[in-house]
Amino acid sequence: MSALLSVENLSVSYRIPGGRLRALRDVTLSVRRGEVLGIVGESGCGKSTLAAAMIGLLPQGATVEGGAIRLEGEDMRHLSPDRQRGIRGRSVAMVFQDPMTAFNPVLTIGRQVADFTGAHGQRLPQAEIAAMLERVGIPDPARCLGRYPHELSGGMRQRVAIAAALLMRPDVLIADEPTTALDVTMEAQIIHLLRALRADFDGAIVIVTHHLGVIAELCDRVAVMYAGEVVEEAAVDDLFHDPRHPYSRALLACDPAVVIPGTGHLPTIGGRVPDLSVLPAGCAFAARCPLADALCRTSPPRVAGQGRSVLCHRAATQVAP
Amino acid sequence: MLDYAIRRVGLSLLILIVVMTAMYGMVFLVPGDPASLALGPRATPELKEALRERMGLDQPILTQIAYFFANVLQGDLGVDVWSKRPVLEQILEVFPNTLLLGVVALGWALVTGILLGCAAVVWRDTWVDRLLGVLSVSVISVPSFVVAIYGLIVFAVWLNWLPAIGAGETGDPASQLRALILPAFAVGIGWVGYLARLVRASMLEVMEAPHIRTARAFGMRERDIVLRHALRVAIVPTISILAVGFGSILSSAVFVESVFSRPGIGTLITGAVEKRNYPVVMGTVLFMTAFYLAVVTAADLLIARLDPRVRDVLRG
Ligand SMILES: Nc1ncnc2c1ncn2[C@@H]1O[C@H](COP(=O)(O)OP(=O)(O)O)[C@@H](O)[C@H]1O
Ligand code: SF4
Ligand SMILES: [Mg+2]
Repeated sequence: MSALLSVENLSVSYRIPGGRLRALRDVTLSVRRGEVLGIVGESGCGKSTLAAAMIGLLPQGATVEGGAIRLEGEDMRHLSPDRQRGIRGRSVAMVFQDPMTAFNPVLTIGRQVADFTGAHGQRLPQAEIAAMLERVGIPDPARCLGRYPHELSGGMRQRVAIAAALLMRPDVLIADEPTTALDVTMEAQIIHLLRALRADFDGAIVIVTHHLGVIAELCDRVAVMYAGEVVEEAAVDDLFHDPRHPYSRALLACDPAVVIPGTGHLPTIGGRVPDLSVLPAGCAFAARCPLADALCRTSPPRVAGQGRSVLCHRAATQVAP
Repeated sequence: MLDYAIRRVGLSLLILIVVMTAMYGMVFLVPGDPASLALGPRATPELKEALRERMGLDQPILTQIAYFFANVLQGDLGVDVWSKRPVLEQILEVFPNTLLLGVVALGWALVTGILLGCAAVVWRDTWVDRLLGVLSVSVISVPSFVVAIYGLIVFAVWLNWLPAIGAGETGDPASQLRALILPAFAVGIGWVGYLARLVRASMLEVMEAPHIRTARAFGMRERDIVLRHALRVAIVPTISILAVGFGSILSSAVFVESVFSRPGIGTLITGAVEKRNYPVVMGTVLFMTAFYLAVVTAADLLIARLDPRVRDVLRG
């Protein structure tokens, strides 16, 4: 089946004092109907920028320097602002990271969600909204409608956000770090909820996270991002069993679930993420890569690999350490 | 909430007492004995003494203040030195005129200012926004009595569309309304600019908030976001400014009333100051201070009601 949402060679940069910060470089990705795509990477690697670009809501100061974002083949960037607005929410819906600030503090939940559903036509009746709140596991949904956001816990608010997105019956649901702001118990509950919803959601889902556990639990395919690039893309099982990019390996080795036996310490990736406003000439990961050589430092790698894509000079030749 | 209300009202009463004591002190610090000033240079000492006694000026100052407050508590603001009419009666006679002027001025300034502020946000960084910016700053910087004088010259004297003086015929709403237009315009116009700026700034800040991004992500129209979601948040700081603003509106009403010879608190107090009619001055100041404090307190309580977060903090 063809891609529902695809990003092709997308480059985005932010205007910053004294230059530009290259948040996304040549990113290519796609997601099909019925599929759950995970996007994983350390904080600051461009995940939120990518998610925002997918819904056509880049923050002020961001410029698309090239590439396309296609919804069923049509480049969203070439649509009029009003048609772009028509896509937002209805075709592509989004759940944001911080459920504390994602809702308007002075309007009740019921009023806000009704306003959202009314963005593309008739506002849904409160009863229908309450039914969806019930589905995402909110106790006493009728009462929840009359409450203000600050009266709900973070987990409940995130459930409301998911319910609101589902009420739009979108083709693509994007969740940007849906569990990051929550404590462990809440996180497990939200993951459980998303897994359950997967079953009867017939669109595509994109989950953005810096937590490999979330990917393992929810996704079919995963794109690993580093410093604004997708460095490896693979089926989730393949990535976990046979990571090809040195960064993917480092990321897996650092997963809190894989505490170094005997020491109880958490391994970390040595070195620092490069400054995105002054990128190195060669591979962006070279400064931290155990396999880096002279070629890596001078010339940027190209995507290679069979059945999966790996952005590394040594993708084909290297042996797992 | 009730607890908070009681504390707010208590604070206002305290402020009122401090203000009035300070007023009383000032009367005695101003050079010249009120009685001699009131009677003029040719009054006999006996006459002066009689008047001093009538005004209570022969008593020690603390006794005078105590008497003053004791009387105020009984609703007695004193008696006009000249006409012997109760001060409160005179105030209540003209106060509706001033209040009407203030409310109408604030009302049209509020509606127009908020609409223009929203317009500047919806069309931000276009010529609409820039034009509104220039206009706002211009009207803020012109004093209301200057607007009043120009308005009077152009619309009353040259064009003869509106009356130049007075508050209209009693019992004739149409004529009262016509007499209200120019003064209300003069008093309110600066506030239109001020509110437009205020609403725009506060709204632009709100428009950066994550919850507005949520509304956009759901595809809401920008106009609906501004009017239905951002305004409710942005209006809260405006209301607190507005209460303080009502004080400044009333004080510009004082000047504007003089320009249009419009009966009101302004004309009452300027007349009384000229004639050193202290009971009237004191009574009017007390009345207006009390009124102003009541407005500010009411606004605080309203904010507590409008913002559910404040409401809960106060409740818990
Ligand atoms: N509004 C902005 N202005 C300037 N730089 C930004 C802005 N938003 C994000 N960035 C920068 O872009 C890079 C990618 O950020 P982001 O997409 O938020 O990453 P992630 O979601 O993976 O943490 C970071 O270096 C960040 O500092
Ligand atoms: S290109 Fe070189 S530096 Fe970059 S990840 Fe591959 S081996 Fe490491
Ligand atoms: Mg992020």
